[in-house]
Amino acid sequence: MSTLVVTQTRFDRTLFVAGAWALALVWILPLAYAVWTAIHPSAYETRFVLLAPLTFENFTRAWNAAPFARYFLNTIMLVTMILAAQLILCIHAAFAFARLDFPGKNLLFALVLVQLMVMPDILLVRNYATMAQLGLVDTILAIGLPYFASGFAIFLLRQTFMTIPKELDEAARVEGCSLPGLIWRVYVPLAKPTILAFALVSVSHHWNNFIWPLIITSSVETRPLTVGLSIFATTDSGTDWSVITAATLITSGPLIIAFLLFQRQFVQSFMRVGIK
Amino acid sequence: MRREWIHAGLLLAPALILLFAFTHLPAIQTVIDSFFSTARGRRPAAFVGLANYERLIGDAIFIRAMVNNAIYAAITIPVSIALALAMALFVHRHIAGRAFLRMAYFTPTVLPLIAVANIWLFFFLPGFGLFEQLRGLIGLSPRNWVGSRDTALYAVMVVTIWNQAGFFMIFYLAALQTIPDTLREAAAIEGTPRWVFFRRVVWPLLMPTTLFLSVNATINAFRMIDHVFVMTQGGPNNASMLLLYYIYEQGFRFWDSAYAATLTVVMVVILAIVGIGQFFLMDRRVHYK
Amino acid sequence: MKRFTKTRLLAAASMLATAAMLPASAYAVDLEFYFPVAVGGDAAGIIEGLTNAYMEENPGVNINAIYTGSYADTTTRAITAARGGNAPQLAILLSTDMFALIDEDIILPWDDFVTQEEQETWIGGFYESFMANSQTGGQTWGIPFQRSTPVMYYNKEAFAAAGLDPDSPPATWEEMVEMGRELTLRDANGNVTQWGVRIPSSGFPSWLFTGLVASNGQDGLANDEGTEVFFDTPEVIEALEYLVSLADEHEVMAPGILDWGATPRAFLDGESAIAWTTTGNLTNIRNNATFDFGVAMLPANVRRGAPTGGGNFYLFEGSSDEELQAAVDFVKWATAPEQAASWSIDTGYVAPRADTWETEAMRVYAEEVPGALVARDQLEYAVAELSTFEGPRITQIINDAIAAAIVGDMTPAEAMADAQRQADAILAAYR
Repeated sequence: MSTLVVTQTRFDRTLFVAGAWALALVWILPLAYAVWTAIHPSAYETRFVLLAPLTFENFTRAWNAAPFARYFLNTIMLVTMILAAQLILCIHAAFAFARLDFPGKNLLFALVLVQLMVMPDILLVRNYATMAQLGLVDTILAIGLPYFASGFAIFLLRQTFMTIPKELDEAARVEGCSLPGLIWRVYVPLAKPTILAFALVSVSHHWNNFIWPLIITSSVETRPLTVGLSIFATTDSGTDWSVITAATLITSGPLIIAFLLFQRQFVQSFMRVGIK
Repeated sequence: MRREWIHAGLLLAPALILLFAFTHLPAIQTVIDSFFSTARGRRPAAFVGLANYERLIGDAIFIRAMVNNAIYAAITIPVSIALALAMALFVHRHIAGRAFLRMAYFTPTVLPLIAVANIWLFFFLPGFGLFEQLRGLIGLSPRNWVGSRDTALYAVMVVTIWNQAGFFMIFYLAALQTIPDTLREAAAIEGTPRWVFFRRVVWPLLMPTTLFLSVNATINAFRMIDHVFVMTQGGPNNASMLLLYYIYEQGFRFWDSAYAATLTVVMVVILAIVGIGQFFLMDRRVHYK
Repeated sequence: MKRFTKTRLLAAASMLATAAMLPASAYAVDLEFYFPVAVGGDAAGIIEGLTNAYMEENPGVNINAIYTGSYADTTTRAITAARGGNAPQLAILLSTDMFALIDEDIILPWDDFVTQEEQETWIGGFYESFMANSQTGGQTWGIPFQRSTPVMYYNKEAFAAAGLDPDSPPATWEEMVEMGRELTLRDANGNVTQWGVRIPSSGFPSWLFTGLVASNGQDGLANDEGTEVFFDTPEVIEALEYLVSLADEHEVMAPGILDWGATPRAFLDGESAIAWTTTGNLTNIRNNATFDFGVAMLPANVRRGAPTGGGNFYLFEGSSDEELQAAVDFVKWATAPEQAASWSIDTGYVAPRADTWETEAMRVYAEEVPGALVARDQLEYAVAELSTFEGPRITQIINDAIAAAIVGDMTPAEAMADAQRQADAILAAYR
């Protein structure tokens, strides 16, 4: 009887581990293919021979074929700008929603929540026209502007701020702390995990965002990596996977490394936020 | 009291102005635009009443896009969430190679979809694509996944699921770690089978996360079309046409902004309905807590 | 006549300006020039080399060559810039965009900026088939530059292995089917290991399809004014039936939509023994083929035929006459034999003028790469690529119709009748 249970759990366990690995192998396949193709000559794009010669040439070709250095700079400026603006705007707004009383609060908060569904990505036709009126077409600012006021960030930070005990405010106020001081010296440090979790979501989202930047940019000086990559990959003469994969690895390298480094903190901050 | 109002106003104003400028106002203006014709060259936009909506109803491609989007949502949402949950359960506690597994599941989040779509395109290619080579090894006949009307949409869905499941896993993982170990230990002592424990304890506790993710997945079902640009461009013969891609095509390839606005109105209405539904679900959840 | 004196005045003015305007800008004339890169390789670098060489010869002119991505991106950007009042002086855009740009009212005809003599020697010197997509209503709106035409690449080793003569590629539709049968190889399970023919049907299906239509005796798919399309003629329907039959009936081509981008790879990997694609792939295939390959004209049915494709120089409204004249001068220089020859050799585009082919460099190149001559010789039979008002929309309609027939949603006749109906509804406004 007891041996049966043991074998069954062992069998269960094997199945469990096998399932986990099978899924992981499927999931990592594109990355594995990218690495394979990027380090071999293009003749091996479709032939997987164990002893295929190695080469670094695809990386140099990719790097030279498009102004990736500039695209990198654009993307870094973009995600930094968006994140900074989101945090500054949304921390203040979230605090107001969490801690202050004012008329129309619920209505305004409901309007903020609308953006969780109707995201700027969907209103691209009209937002393009707005940018044209503002003379901002083809600027990095225009790529970021619609995302500055993030309904998601306000929602998330409000939830976190509401869990902070009110006694802390009173203590701070007694000590003569101003309102901004209270926000930045008491609330923000306590909301660090939420901020980190949101920052990671925001950075990875905007690092990889494509359609809106595709529409609003049209020059090397403003184009982020994703748009640069897509232009680079769609030539009339045919798809060159070895160079595309090399370029993909170049462009997502920083994010992959960041994830490997911060994996633990990442999951933990999500855990503490308890996004539910 | 008044001072608090002023403070609130000052704190809220920057965020709310931007929010209105790029979400609410454009949404309203899109509705207005949908009653006008598209300005072209020397011809200015003119009021056309419901003409754009009449066109919409008679537009076979629009109908196709709606049906496709419904299928797309109906499949990608549950499958992505189920896989995300499976992944989270796999790597939540100790397992051989946990760090690798986590990284593997998470790779889609760090790779730009637009670039990976090219790789998936290769996987799906008939004749010499990776899947075909694997199928060939076991003697199956080749299939043109991306280039057939019956499979193109599903090929696109595979990539969507691949892309979002790993990201969703993080949320489940975080939620799972908030479930106290003592619950599991107690269940083990009582001899509760794992499946029963999952169904009775874990699943209900994960419910808020599941709701949150299903909303996310719903939005993604309408918003995530990067890979369509690379893989099918909505083809063959609109078999994989999705609403947002159609909006892009009308608005930025055919420069028909009025019709694109009309399509956007439909999109906003759909999302608003989903949003209101979500609001009630959330409401229930709050009571439940 | 007005322009005439202007030109002369400008010459004087520009000299004056060179001196007078130095403090404001280092150059007398600053030009903006948008260009796309549509083929692999370092076309962007080559264009910059070209503008740099020109600026060295003409110190008064500064050309800011801006790489603007794909053709579609470049068109989008040019239209947006022009609508916003800061159009470039020059852009290379698809020749088929001509009607859209006229409709937007943002481009200028070149005729106003050249002398009567140049009308004949310069504009008259381009191959007629390239001018078909560049002129309408008696005016020249585009100057052919990065132009191409589809050709048929075939694997000589596969031909020999199948017992076919490697030096006589199929010249007719029937021959392509017959040879395709020999070239289609199957393994023990009946799975195809090598397809006879590959005519890609994603990306630009209407372009290659125009080749079939032309070889079936119809001169393209639209009229010269861009106001009428001929999608449901017997010639077109028959061409589509032929295309569909390659996969369905004769089984010499893989079924379903065949990816455009993967076509060179399919040919290089031996997945297909014959592949139709642009001359723009010549350099790529030449560099990467591990086997002996040949290049041939598209096969004929009632006659030979092929479309032209690619990009033209366009001149944009909204700049001073001085700037426009400087832009025209640059284009004249860029299309002069020597420059055009090195451009063609470096990129694989078809040199658009007969005099280019007479240069020494071009002669050497043609000897080395006989495939290059095939493209030139095919020009004699070439017809205009589909180009109409509301071009992208009309093109999408026929692309969908072709796809519908290939995947079996509709019969070729139904698909084309449907496409004709839709296109007529849109084009009626322009007649």
